Amino acid sequence: MKSKRLILNQTQLALTIKRLCFQLIENHNDFSDTVLIGLQPRGIYLAKRIQKELNQILGSEKVLLGSLDTTFFRDDFRRRDSPLIPNKTRIDFIIEDKKVVLIDDVLYTGRTIRSGLDAMLAYGRPKLVELLVLVDRRFSRHLPIEPNYVGETVDSVDSERIEAQWEEVDGKNQVILKEIKQ
Amino acid sequence: MGALSTKHLLGIKQLNQADIELIFSTADNFKEVINRPIKKVPSLRDITIANLFFENSTRTKLSFELAEKRLSADVVNFSAAASSVSKGETLIDTVNNILAMKVDMVVMRHPNPGAPIFLSKHIKANIINAGDGAHEHPTQALLDAYSIREKLGDVKGKRVAIVGDILHSRVALSNIYCLQKLGAEVMVCGPPTLIPKHIQSLGVKVEFSLDKALEWSDICMMLRIQLERQGSDRSVKYFPSLREYHQLYGLTSERLKKVKRSPVIMHPGPINRGVEISSELADSENSIILNQVENGVAIRMAVLYLLASEHENEE
Repeated sequence: MKSKRLILNQTQLALTIKRLCFQLIENHNDFSDTVLIGLQPRGIYLAKRIQKELNQILGSEKVLLGSLDTTFFRDDFRRRDSPLIPNKTRIDFIIEDKKVVLIDDVLYTGRTIRSGLDAMLAYGRPKLVELLVLVDRRFSRHLPIEPNYVGETVDSVDSERIEAQWEEVDGKNQVILKEIKQ
Repeated sequence: MGALSTKHLLGIKQLNQADIELIFSTADNFKEVINRPIKKVPSLRDITIANLFFENSTRTKLSFELAEKRLSADVVNFSAAASSVSKGETLIDTVNNILAMKVDMVVMRHPNPGAPIFLSKHIKANIINAGDGAHEHPTQALLDAYSIREKLGDVKGKRVAIVGDILHSRVALSNIYCLQKLGAEVMVCGPPTLIPKHIQSLGVKVEFSLDKALEWSDICMMLRIQLERQGSDRSVKYFPSLREYHQLYGLTSERLKKVKRSPVIMHPGPINRGVEISSELADSENSIILNQVENGVAIRMAVLYLLASEHENEE
């Protein structure tokens, strides 16, 4: 049995992203001291949208965005059936003494964020790191990691999977909850 | 995307095209890593690697060691000159003793062709061949093809001339396999005494005139004359003198002007300036000799990473 539930539809998703942007602006003003870093592979789609939206609201092209791959820093290397295939890291700016907003689509166990924090340190020592996620799966953390900005909070069980889908890769903008085979 | 089809890297012959492409795409990522301010990632932090060099090497050994350290592996080094091999210990005993100290991977260079294949049948660790006699040198061929891909966009359809001492060269054989698997055309060129008989059966062109080879090729890979393999007192003469070799098979800018070509120039090192290639050309814009060395670390990181990911599940 494969069940599916819609968590956010296209309009709700757009509104949520807009709200997250205004929350970011409250804390980071004009982003002169703040950079965005999207986590590969799926966090970058959200990060790109946030960057675009922020630039629109602020009327500038100044918000910096990088993408960070965490593959080599993960803790499940050699504990999986197939090798972890890495993605591109692209950070064209210095994060030393900057405020960094890490962006990912779904926060579940917190392990990806942990590896992201490690991977980021190769680029300098940020002044402050915050975490923005579209969906927070509550009560499922394996590590003491909590987000600063949350699009939607969802209660789910292990046999379910939450997927943020994006037009450029999945053909549709929406967030769904799926049952996965055990 | 998936895993490599093999547990060891014994030679290019055992790899398929998908393996080579997986190694290249992984190396792309490691190339980015080694250009970061902090060049180290923790992927292999629970792995111990032994570098067993039964034959001299500078570049390959350094390159492997750097690759291992940048992946945070623990590294032990071993060179035959200062070991019990000189006391008469066999290869399997030497390696088993090292493995008894809980080593996960072995990088080995050995003067005897096939030594890594032999070893892979007798021990459990992953083995990476870093050169076995005149047989194969897979990581060198991988980094050569990777450098061609980086410089010219693709390897497919390119014409590569390998010039010099083909007879004693493991680099030549591995490169022939690797380039052909990626769809390039390969020609070997050198004095008849240094071209192995029946090499045509590998599907390569054979040319004895360097000018003609240059007219044909997009990439020119110069090899070193391996004087150390020509008998201990140089009793075996493959050509009359180094000077004559340079005149007939040395790559110089005059020669390139004459054939009106400017191929990409490669060399696996060490270079003998003024013998197989003039100093001027070795440092010229078309030379990617130092890019080859840089890419060597990324390729070796990719190979180690991909072989290590298989490790846990085997047991």
